Amino acid sequence: MTLTTRPVETPAAAPARRTRRADALSPSWLFAAPALLIYAAVVLYPSVVGVLYAFTDWSGVGEDMSFVGLANFRAILGDEQAMGSLGNTLLLTVAILVVQNGVGLLLALGVHAKLKSRALLRVVFFAPVVVSPVMVAFLWKYVYTPDPSAGLNGLLGLDVDWLGDPSVALWSIAGMVVWQYAGYSMVIFLAGLEGIPVELHEAAMIDGASTLQRFRYVTWPLLAPALTINLMLSTIGGLKLFDQVFAATNGGPGYATETLSTVLYKQAFVFGKFGYSTAIALVLALFVAAVSLVQMYYLRSREVAQ
Amino acid sequence: MKSRTFLLEIVMIAVAVAFLFPVYALVTLSLKDPGQISQSPLALPAPPTTANFTEAWSAAALGPSLVNSTVITVVSLVALIGFGSFAAYFLARAATRLGYGLYILFLLGIVLPFQLGMIPLYELVNKLGLIGTHAGMIVFYTGIQLPFTVFLYTGFIRALPREYASAAQIDGASHLVAFTRVVFPLLRPITGTVLILNAVFIWNDFFTPLLYLGGSGFETVPVSVFAFVGQYVSDYGLVFAGLVLGALPIVAVFLVLQKYVIKGFSSGLKG
Repeated sequence: MTLTTRPVETPAAAPARRTRRADALSPSWLFAAPALLIYAAVVLYPSVVGVLYAFTDWSGVGEDMSFVGLANFRAILGDEQAMGSLGNTLLLTVAILVVQNGVGLLLALGVHAKLKSRALLRVVFFAPVVVSPVMVAFLWKYVYTPDPSAGLNGLLGLDVDWLGDPSVALWSIAGMVVWQYAGYSMVIFLAGLEGIPVELHEAAMIDGASTLQRFRYVTWPLLAPALTINLMLSTIGGLKLFDQVFAATNGGPGYATETLSTVLYKQAFVFGKFGYSTAIALVLALFVAAVSLVQMYYLRSREVAQ
Repeated sequence: MKSRTFLLEIVMIAVAVAFLFPVYALVTLSLKDPGQISQSPLALPAPPTTANFTEAWSAAALGPSLVNSTVITVVSLVALIGFGSFAAYFLARAATRLGYGLYILFLLGIVLPFQLGMIPLYELVNKLGLIGTHAGMIVFYTGIQLPFTVFLYTGFIRALPREYASAAQIDGASHLVAFTRVVFPLLRPITGTVLILNAVFIWNDFFTPLLYLGGSGFETVPVSVFAFVGQYVSDYGLVFAGLVLGALPIVAVFLVLQKYVIKGFSSGLKG
């Protein structure tokens, strides 16, 4: 919008005129100064120092600290718990990504239809999003009780130790995260669905397209922006997952549900290995950055192609 | 067509009922005494008792925590809206390289996991004597949520015609007056979104207040509930009454504002 109103500039004259123009009509950078100051103090400065700590053996107590180069990162590679948590984090993220967005999309399609109960349904599916993840985790600890007469087992007539069986526990965590955030994905998909002109569906219907064909060729391509945002949010959320695991299993049984976030927490605050903990945090940061960049690049290019 | 919609409605309601099972467990168990819970865990409470609630309220010290959570959330929101909208106004309107660079710098904050700076930040907050204070938490939430806030505001302001502010400025208003009197009131829809998204995040955040406020007497609701649950871990009736009380304020706010919450979430994230 702003681009179209700007006059065409010759390359040579551009820099000078742009500066003058900025002086006259653009607000001063002082508008951004307070925000920048707080952001720098709370996020940028500590992150930069964090990167430095990742290359030290600091124990968290006193000034005693020496640079150890890549030793922390080599230690991560040889650390069964850290490597296991990396695998768990990736599995969890993929599971949450697929199921949460799949369920969210189905729910969105359901409550987008002209149902009498749709306003109420939206509230029901969205409500868990506003509750603290720690409290949801405590609630689900009971839902997942091993007692065959109570919780989910009692309801379904099963006898599963949802959080106590190492081969099940990770998927149980994913299930509770999906329960809490499926409504979040739903709302974003819903926004996308509401942005699709009705005329497109009518035209496709006149052309004889079936419901499935209309979804495939009209709805799905036009949902691309909503899908981008949903995939990015659930990926970043999955990679950083902490509260739910901390409250429900604390990484157990054994290391079955340990994630990068719980391991780095324990390394720092239980074992006092602050340097090592920050190295794990750096690995996490690089993962989040790499995955979101790739997703942004790939998904945005797909959007433009529509 | 009609019967298909009806069938879909039945299916969706069935899904909603299944979806609500954990909530059913939460509410019914909070109304039962230990005997009822062990004998008939899934049945309706007969008769319901409110004893769990009165006990949980005092045992979890929820009164003071509610005050702490409210102060921290409200002041942080005011700071986020003020600082965030001002910064976004510059970022959206500045046709300079500085403006673009700063925008990218702010976006970086959405991707960076806070764990990376967790320990240095703790040291900094400690050095400033802000551990165990409301002020420390408010500065933290303002800083950590600014990137997302700035991102939402900048996108919205970019789509807003420049002419409103220019007109005011031709009439002699300064940038500051043009922004506060003309532009800021036009930002109301996105301000609603910023308010809601940040309120849910700040109110529910657990890890940072655990780290910064644990044992200070200034605990927020999730931290108090966490400590309370740890203490009464096996008494589900009592624990669930605590969870209900702890979640009630934010759920009540949501139910009152739900129309705007859902609209705000989607419009804010439409990008």
